[in-house]
Formats: sequence, C-alpha cells, structure tokens
Amino acid sequence: MIDAVGLHKVYRLKKRRVTALKGVDLHVEPGEIFGVVGQSGAGKSTLLRSVNLLERPDAGTVHVAGEELTALRGARLRAARRGIGMIHQHFALLSSRTVAGNVGFPLEVSGVDRARRRARVGELLELVGLSDKARAYPSQLSGGQKQRVGIARALASGPQVLLSDEATSALDPVTTDSILALLRRLRDELGLTILLITHEMDVIKRICDSAAIMEAGEFRESGRVLDLIGTPGSLLARSLFPLPAHRGADTVYVTYPRSYDEPLMSELTRRFDVDVNILGGGVEEVAGQSVGRLSVDLRGERRRQALTYLAEQGLLVEEAGK
Amino acid sequence: MTVIPVDGLVMATEDTGAWNAVVDFVRAWPEMWPTLWLGTMDTVYMVWWATVFSLLFGLPLGVLLVTTDKGGLTPAPTVRAVLSAIVNIGRSLPFIVLMVAVLTLTRFLVGTTLGPTAAIVPLSIGAIPFFARLVETSLREVDREVIEAAHAMGTRRFTIVGKVMLPEALPGLIAGLVMTVVTLISYSAMAGAIGGGGLGDLAIREGYQRFNDHYLWATVILLIVIVQIAQSLGDLLVRRLSRR
Repeated sequence: MIDAVGLHKVYRLKKRRVTALKGVDLHVEPGEIFGVVGQSGAGKSTLLRSVNLLERPDAGTVHVAGEELTALRGARLRAARRGIGMIHQHFALLSSRTVAGNVGFPLEVSGVDRARRRARVGELLELVGLSDKARAYPSQLSGGQKQRVGIARALASGPQVLLSDEATSALDPVTTDSILALLRRLRDELGLTILLITHEMDVIKRICDSAAIMEAGEFRESGRVLDLIGTPGSLLARSLFPLPAHRGADTVYVTYPRSYDEPLMSELTRRFDVDVNILGGGVEEVAGQSVGRLSVDLRGERRRQALTYLAEQGLLVEEAGK
Repeated sequence: MTVIPVDGLVMATEDTGAWNAVVDFVRAWPEMWPTLWLGTMDTVYMVWWATVFSLLFGLPLGVLLVTTDKGGLTPAPTVRAVLSAIVNIGRSLPFIVLMVAVLTLTRFLVGTTLGPTAAIVPLSIGAIPFFARLVETSLREVDREVIEAAHAMGTRRFTIVGKVMLPEALPGLIAGLVMTVVTLISYSAMAGAIGGGGLGDLAIREGYQRFNDHYLWATVILLIVIVQIAQSLGDLLVRRLSRR
C-alpha cells in the first residue's frame, strides 16, 4: 500500500547539513499497522512527512495505493493527499471551530455540500464515540477526546491510509491504550493501512504487525514484529524486553517467539542435569501472541546439549557471555 | 461665593475655590456642547475611515509578511524584505513628522491639506504599518501543526489563509484592531494640530491658544470616554470570540 524506495533528505541549515534520511526503503502491506520507532532526531518524522509529501525527499520515490506521489504537484498532489489521513501529536485541531466543524473541515475544503457533510460528520463522530460532543469546542475536551476528533477528521474523506505522528505521545497511559485500541479497531473494520511513528516501544508492542527501528536516518532493522523478535541479536527484542545488565560467562538469553505450555526449564534440569538460575525476564503480548525472553545462567557438564535442545524446541538461544 | 472669615476655615475656602471651578466648567458645558459635538463627530469620522483603510491595506500586508517569510506558505525572501522595510519606514516616523511629510500626497488625493477628510490620508498611512505588524504577530501565533494538518488534508494555500490562519488568529486580530483604533484616536488629536479638525484641534485652538481651560478639560474627558468605549467593545468582542 505504501512503497517508498531510496528516500534521501538533507536539511541545509546555516552552517551545517543535517541528513534526515539516508536511503530509506519502506514497504507497508495493505491492512497492516507498521510502526517506526526511534529517538527524536532519528528521521522518523521526516520519513512520515515524506509519505504524503509534506516534505519532498531529495531523492527516491513514494507510491501510495499504486500512485506515485513524488511525481505529483499542485492540485493533483492535493487530491492525492485527501486519500491519506493524518493524525498529530498535539491533535492539530482548529480552536475556533467546534468538534463538528473540525471533522467537517476536510470535506468543506474538497467541496462537499453542507447536507452531505453533516451526515458524514455524524457517522464519523459515532465511529469514534463522540456523538454527544459535536457542538463542543476543542478546549472543552480532554486529550483523548481531542485525538478522537483528530482521528474522525483524518477519516472524513475515506482514506485507505492513515499516518500517525506520535499520536499518543501527549496522552496518559490509560488514554493511550484506548486510542491504540481505537486505531486497531478501525484497521479491522475499515481495512485501513496505518503507518505510525513513535518513540514508545509500548506502541510497537501493542498494535504493530510490522516495525522498523530507525537511527540516524536509516532503518537498523525492519520486518514483521514476531520475526524480528525471533532474530538473533534483534534490537527490537532487546528494547521490548530489557534484561539485567549482569552477565557472566554462562549467561544465556532465551527468546520464546510463541507461547509454550511445556515446563521447559524444569525439563532441562532433569534431562541434562544442569543448574538453571533465572536472572531476569518477562512475558509480553506482542502482535497478539505472548512472547517471552529470559536471561539465565546455565551451568553443568551437559550445558551444550541443553542449549541445542532448547534451540530444537524452536527457541532462540543467544550466548550473552561470548 | 461666600467666604466666612473664621480661623480654621481657610482650607474650606480653598476647597470651595476648586469646587467653584468645577461648577463653572459644568455651567459652561451647554454653551460648549455644539462645538464639542462637532469636534467629536470629526474625530469619529477621521478614526472610522482611517480604521477602514488600515483594515483594507494593513490586513493583506500583515498576511503577506507572514506567508512570504521562510517556512511560510509562499516563501519569497526578497518580497518580504521589501515589505518589511516599507513597514519599518512607516513605523519609524513620528506621526507629526509623517503628517507633514505626506502633505503633497494628501493634496493630490483630497485636494486640500486642511480638515478631517484630509487628515484621513496621514492617519491611514500611519496606521497601516502599525496594524500590519500586529496582524503579523497574531498570525505567527497560529499553531504550525494546525497549518501542517491543513496541508495534509489537501487544502489550497489561499484557503489555508482564509479558513485556518485568519479564523484561528481572530481574537488577536480584533485586539490588534482595537489597539490601532486607540492609537488612531491619539494620532487624530495630533492631526488637529495642523488643522485636521476634531477634538485635538479644539484642545489646541480653543484650549491652548485661547487659554480656555474648559475646552481643554472637555476634550480630555471626551477623548478618554471615546477610548474607553472603543477598548471595552473590543475586549468584549475578543472574549466572545476566544475559544482557547
């Protein structure tokens, strides 16, 4: 649905050049929620703005729903942008308009008549659960309600793609949960494709099917979240499951890329007569599956066989001591 | 006026003197009123039309100062530098100098340099750059994210100005307009000094040159009243429109 190839972008400031994108390739499948995570200044905001051409990349092409946006300008680019919704960190609502006026804005701009606008605004507010707030002004709403208005507005012209610019970063944890749940529901109900950027690993964990870790204008790794977690040396796994810094010569990181019902650790001690000492770990719900990661000290004569056995069970085993 | 020659009432006598001055002033009011009314109407007339012209020219000028800036809707550094320089020239001249400096233009446009209609020319020229800067400041306060969101929704730049920037900045724009009106009232009094008419003219001609304190006080009171009315109406409007 979104295909960006070879994106480069350099900002020329007074005395220095800042490279925001160094040849980024981004591929988002239809109906997928794709998260780009990284520190501020990593270039993720530039990447997101390149998709709807708010920033024109210096090199590279962007296709959305089969149309090459980088080839468009003026009226045709504006028309294409109407097929891409966007939500913002600070909601970007017009303070001078009511909730209904904000949601109707994109329709008004594209020339939809008043009666059709009113009907559509009613539908959209129902969709995000704010029917009773139609006549309120943004300043009378909570942060979560404002973002719901932002989402309703982004969906007004019926886009296939939604871009989310740190949409939950200004919200408290409970509200963040409800907004993320809403995004997931909208993806399921409307078949939206969502590209989001965030600095919160939690967002990736909760709703993303695929993810990329961005650093200094480049993707350090990208792919389906569950695949990434099952990849040796994965940055994503390390970020999602921070393990204790302590590691000895015998320390092993064990990643469970799917749910296990078998009591693996006790089986290990019985079969191979090894000592297992759990240093830390956690089990998390990721992309709808429970995934775990442990840091353990494994000692004993048959340590090597034990590790092989774990690997054979489909676990990812990394020797941290090496 | 009765003065009782008793010790300890000297203060009372002085109080009575001040009181009598006030009484004299109030008694003189009906006689002054027709002249004062005409002066007030002249002032209102000058300020009204100068406000209309400030709005007509200052608003687009202020919008251009913002949109032509780098990072604006239509960046044009050269255009902006020129506009900004013109505005600065207008802002840097003391009004009394500006009035004299534009006399030729006034004569060309109005046919005379005397009277309230002639005064509208320098008043407008003085107020346009003043209002333009206030417009610029208000428009800069508009959240950049909101403008970006409008771009993302495929909004034309002209529409962004009309449906996003101006409505979002409206309370600030009204406050700026009120400030311009108040400044114009003070400018109009200066215009009176070179024959522009209005309350300033009365204060100078009747009050200062003819030593008629009653006229001086009356014009001061009327000017204060006019400014208060303008400011209160403006504040009311700003409060009504403010949704933040």
